[in-house]
Amino acid sequence: MKTVKSQFKFKGGVHPDYNKELARNQPIEKLATPAELVISMSQHLGAPAKCLVKVGDFVKRGQLIGEKNGFISVCVRASADGKVKAIEKRLGPAGGMADAVILDTTAKEEALAEGTETPTPSAPKGPILPPLDWKTATKEELLKRVEEAGICGMGGAGFPTNVKLSPPPGKRCEYLILNGAECEPYLTADYRVMLERAPRIRLGVEIMRKILGMPAVRIAIEANKPEAIKAMEEAFADIEGNVEIVVLPVLYPQGSEKHQIYATVKRIVPEPPALPIDVGCVVENVGTVAAISDAVELGEPLLERVTTVSGDAVATPKNILAPCGTKYSDLVAFCGGEKIPPAKIISGGTMMGFAVSTLDIGTTKTTSGLLLLSPSRVFQYSSQACINCGRCLRACPMNLNPAEISKAMEADDVKTAEDAHVMTCIECGACSFGCPAYRTITQFCRRAKASIRARMAAERAAAQAAAEKEKQKAEGAKAN
Amino acid sequence: MKPKDTQEHFVLSSSPHAHADSSVSRLMLDVIIALLPTTFMGIFFFGMPAVWTILVCVATCVTTEALCRLAMGRNNTIGDFSAVLTGLLLALNLPAGIPLWMAIVGSVFAIGISKQVFGGLGMNPFNPALSARAFMLISFTGPMTTWLKPFWWRTPDAITTATPLATMKTWFAAEATASATPHGLCNSACCGVPSLWNMAIGNIPGCIGEVSAIALALGGAYLLWRKVITWHIPVTFLATVFVYSLFAGGAPAMMQVLTGGVMIGAIFMATDYVTSPITAKGKLIFGFGCGLLCMLIRQFGGYPEGCSFAILIMNAVCPLINRWTQPKPFGAK
Amino acid sequence: MVIAIVCIAGIGLVAAIALALADKYLAVREDPRIGMLTSVLPGANCGGCGFAGCDAYARALVAGTAPNGACAAGGDECAAAIAKILGVAAEATEKRVALVKCCGTRSEAIRIGDYNGICDCATAAMTAGGDKGCKYGCLGYGACANVCPKGAISVADGLAKVDKRLCIGCGKCVKVCPKKLIELVPASATIHVLCNNPDKGPNVRKVCGVGCMGCHLCEKNSGGKEAGHFTFQGFLAKVNYSNPPTDAMIVAKCPAKCMIEDAHFESGH
Repeated sequence: MKTVKSQFKFKGGVHPDYNKELARNQPIEKLATPAELVISMSQHLGAPAKCLVKVGDFVKRGQLIGEKNGFISVCVRASADGKVKAIEKRLGPAGGMADAVILDTTAKEEALAEGTETPTPSAPKGPILPPLDWKTATKEELLKRVEEAGICGMGGAGFPTNVKLSPPPGKRCEYLILNGAECEPYLTADYRVMLERAPRIRLGVEIMRKILGMPAVRIAIEANKPEAIKAMEEAFADIEGNVEIVVLPVLYPQGSEKHQIYATVKRIVPEPPALPIDVGCVVENVGTVAAISDAVELGEPLLERVTTVSGDAVATPKNILAPCGTKYSDLVAFCGGEKIPPAKIISGGTMMGFAVSTLDIGTTKTTSGLLLLSPSRVFQYSSQACINCGRCLRACPMNLNPAEISKAMEADDVKTAEDAHVMTCIECGACSFGCPAYRTITQFCRRAKASIRARMAAERAAAQAAAEKEKQKAEGAKAN
Repeated sequence: MKPKDTQEHFVLSSSPHAHADSSVSRLMLDVIIALLPTTFMGIFFFGMPAVWTILVCVATCVTTEALCRLAMGRNNTIGDFSAVLTGLLLALNLPAGIPLWMAIVGSVFAIGISKQVFGGLGMNPFNPALSARAFMLISFTGPMTTWLKPFWWRTPDAITTATPLATMKTWFAAEATASATPHGLCNSACCGVPSLWNMAIGNIPGCIGEVSAIALALGGAYLLWRKVITWHIPVTFLATVFVYSLFAGGAPAMMQVLTGGVMIGAIFMATDYVTSPITAKGKLIFGFGCGLLCMLIRQFGGYPEGCSFAILIMNAVCPLINRWTQPKPFGAK
Repeated sequence: MVIAIVCIAGIGLVAAIALALADKYLAVREDPRIGMLTSVLPGANCGGCGFAGCDAYARALVAGTAPNGACAAGGDECAAAIAKILGVAAEATEKRVALVKCCGTRSEAIRIGDYNGICDCATAAMTAGGDKGCKYGCLGYGACANVCPKGAISVADGLAKVDKRLCIGCGKCVKVCPKKLIELVPASATIHVLCNNPDKGPNVRKVCGVGCMGCHLCEKNSGGKEAGHFTFQGFLAKVNYSNPPTDAMIVAKCPAKCMIEDAHFESGH
C-alpha cells in the first residue's frame, strides 16, 4: 500500500467555490425515523421497481416493497416499520414523476394494539438478511447479496451495483477505483464516511476484490481532503496486494468516472456506449463500498444514507444519516430550519444537482446533498447571444465545443448538435459555470441529448414494428 | 377562482447552480481598461483633437446602439459596454485630426451596419471598429491618411506628415523603379526610420492609439493576466510579421512590428472574440494568416498599411477555420 | 451589329437544340398521377400524414404504401379527389382539429417556482417537473406553437390555444407536447372538457381554480351513463368524441368551469 500523486491531468475543468467548510467538520448525525416517509420506486438508474405492497399494508423495516423490474433495476426495501398510507405518483428530485409508497411510521403501535391489522408474518427479526462470511461465501452468493440489499451507485447516477460488479463475458476488471473525490461544492457526505467509516470501506473493498477477481485497487481522493487520505492510509495500512491511494489535484469534475480513470490509471474510456469496464476499470463511490460491507457482514440492506444538508440559508449545516424516503422538510428541520428564506433548493451539489420546487420530496439512495441557497448565491441565466469567447471549450473536460452545441440548439438544430458529439457530454456544467453571457449551455446539451434519445427510441420501436410486420407477413405466406 | 398560493417560490433552473461570476460587461470593461494606457499616450502626443475624436466616437457608438435596439424592438444593450469599446477602438484607429463629422459617420457605420444589422453583439461577422475604419479609409482617403505630427502644436510650419511606413513605401518603390535615383541620397533619417525609443513610446505619426508600442504591450499584458485573451493570436501575429520582414527585406523587422497598426491589431483587434476562431488551433492559424496578409499588403499592395484589411479578410474565413479545427472529444477515435 | 445579331441568334439556336435533345433523351419518366395528386393535395407540406411533405405523400399513394385518407388537412374532399385519381374507393375521414385540454391560465392555475431557462416546454418539464402546480397542465412555453405549420396556436397568459379555423389537424403539436394534453378531436364537436388532471378533486383544487374534479355532473346532465357522452379516467371527465354531447346547458352547469362550448376555441375563459 502506498500513497502516490496523480500524474495525469485531464484537459479542461473549472474551480468553483467549494464551500465545504460549512459542513466538513460536522460528524454524521443519525436522524430518528420521521413520521412520514416517501419511498420512491425509482431511486436508481433503469426501470422503476415493481411495487409489492398495497394501501393499508403494514411493513417492517427491511421488508421488500419493490421488486427489481428488469436487468438494469434495483429492488426497494422499506426503510422503517410503518403502514402504507398511500401509493401515488410523486415528484422525484430530478423532476420526473414516479410511484412512491407513503409510509406512516407512527401508525403502527396504535393499530397493532387494536388488532385491526395483522402484521406481515414474514417480518424479519434481528438482522434483516442473514449475515455472510465473505471469506467463505462464493462470488455468486456475494453478488446476490449486493442485489437483494438493493445497492446502487450512491455517488449520484444510481447504477445497479450488482450489474457493475458482473463484467460481461470476455471482459476483466483490472482496476477497482474507489471514488472519494467528492468534487461537488458543498457536499461532505463521502468525506465524513471516509473519516468515520474507514474500516467499513476497507472491508467493502476486500469483498469487491473477491467478486471481481482480485483487481488492483486505486483509492482516488482530492488533495483538499488530507484527513480523509490519512484515514484511508490507516485503514488500508496492512492490506495485501496492489492497492494505492491516488491523490488527485483539486479540479472539478475530478469525480467524473471517465476523468478519474484517466487521472488514476491513464486509461481513456471511448465514447458512449462504451463503459469503464471496456478499459478494465470499475469505479465505485466510497459510500457504496461501505454499504456493500454492511449488506454482507451485517445483513443490513441499503436503507439509509448520509446526506449533507448545507448552504448559506440553513441554520446549522449537517451531515445526516437518514432513512431513504425522509422528506427534505424533515432534514431541514433537523438542521434547525432556515436561517434566511432560501431562493433556491438544490437536491445534490451546485454543479450537477437538481433545483426542486418543494421540500415535500423524499430522499433516495442517491441523495448526496440538499442545499438551501439565499438570494445572494443565486444567479440568473440569460438569453444573451454567445460572444464566442471560448471559455466553455477550455472548460469542457470532454473536449467538446459547447458553444457550437448551444448555438445549434438555440435554432433547434439537433443534427448539428449530434455531429458535435453532444451525446458524449457528461452534463458536468463546467461550460455554463464560466459563461460570461450566462447562457444555459448545459441545459441546451440536456435538451439535445433528450431529443436524440427520444428519436433513437422511436427508431428502435419502428424497426421492431417493421420486423414484427415482416414476421407476420412471412407467417401469413407460410399459412397460405 | 385561483387557489391560494401558499408555498414559497424557488428559482427553478437547470444545473449548474454556481457561476464563476464573469460577465460580458466585465470582459468589455477589462478591454477598455487595457486600452487606457495607449489612449493616454495618444492624447499626450496628439492633444485635444485626439480627445474630441475619442469622445465623439464613443458617444456616437453608444447612441447608435441604443437607437438601433430601440428600432428593432430589442432590449437595450448599452450596459454591456461593447458599444463603448467599439467607439474607443474606432477612435484609436483614426488619425487625430480627422473632421469630427467623419468620425460620426464611421461610428454609425460601425454599430449600425457592421454590428446591429447582423443582430448585435455576437452575431457580427466582421470586427465593427475595423470595418468602419476600412469604410472610412475608402470613403475619406485624404483625411484618413493625413497624420498630425506628435506635438504638432510645437511645430511652427507643417503640422501634418506621412507615417514611417508610408515614407518607407514611397522610398522603396522609388528605389525599385528608378535606378536613376542617386545613390546615397537616402540615409536612415530621410527614409523616415525613427529611433527604436520613439517607436516604442509612440513619438511617431500615426493613428491615435496605434503609436505607442509600450502602452499597447502593457494593455496586452493586462488582458493576458486577467485571462481575457489567450496568447495564441497576438504571439503568432507578431511573430509572423517579424519573421516575414526579416526574410523579405525592406523596412527593418522591428519597425514593421512597432509602427503602423500591427501592435493594436494583434492585441486588440484580431483577438475580438466574436470575429476570431474559438479553438486554440484555429487561433494559431488566424494569427498567422493576419500576419502574413498584413505583410503581403504592406509589401505588394497599394496601401502602405495592411493590418486592417488583413484582419478583416481573416474575419471572413473565421467560420471556415472553426470548421477545420473542431476539437476531438475526450475518448473519441 | 450584324455579327452581334448572328452570334446571339447562333447561341440561342445551339442552346435550344441542346434543350430539345435533353428533353427527349434525358427526361425522367414519372407517373402522371403524381402530378395530379400533388395538385389536389393542400400543398401545406405539414407532414401530418407521416410523409415528408405533400409530394412524398403523393408518391407513396401511387406506390400504394399510403392510405388515401391520411391527409388531415385536406379532409374528405381531398380523400375523394385522391380516390378518383387512383380509381379506388375513398376512405372516410373526418376533419379533425387540435384541442389543448387545459384552461389553467396564469390567473387560474398556480405556479410553484420561478423557471429560469430555455423557453421550451419539454426542457422546462425536465427542470423540477416544470413550474406549474398542476403536473398535468399546459406549461405555456409554446413548443406546440413553434411546430405549428399554420400559426394556429398562440400562447397567452401561460396557456396555449388553438384557432380551429386555422388548424389543419396535422398532429405535430400532439407529438411535441411533453404533457400529452393536446388531442385531435372532430371539428364538428363543440363541447369540450379542458382539463387533463386525473387526480382527486381536492388535490386538483389545490393547484388550479378550473380543474376537473370528476363530479360526474356533466354526465348526469347529459342523460346519464347510458347516454355515453363522457368517459372517466380517474377523476377526470373526457368527452366521448364518437358520441359527443350537444346540449350546451351542461357547460354552464359544470361546477369546475373547465368545460367550454365554443366553435372556435379561441375565446375560452
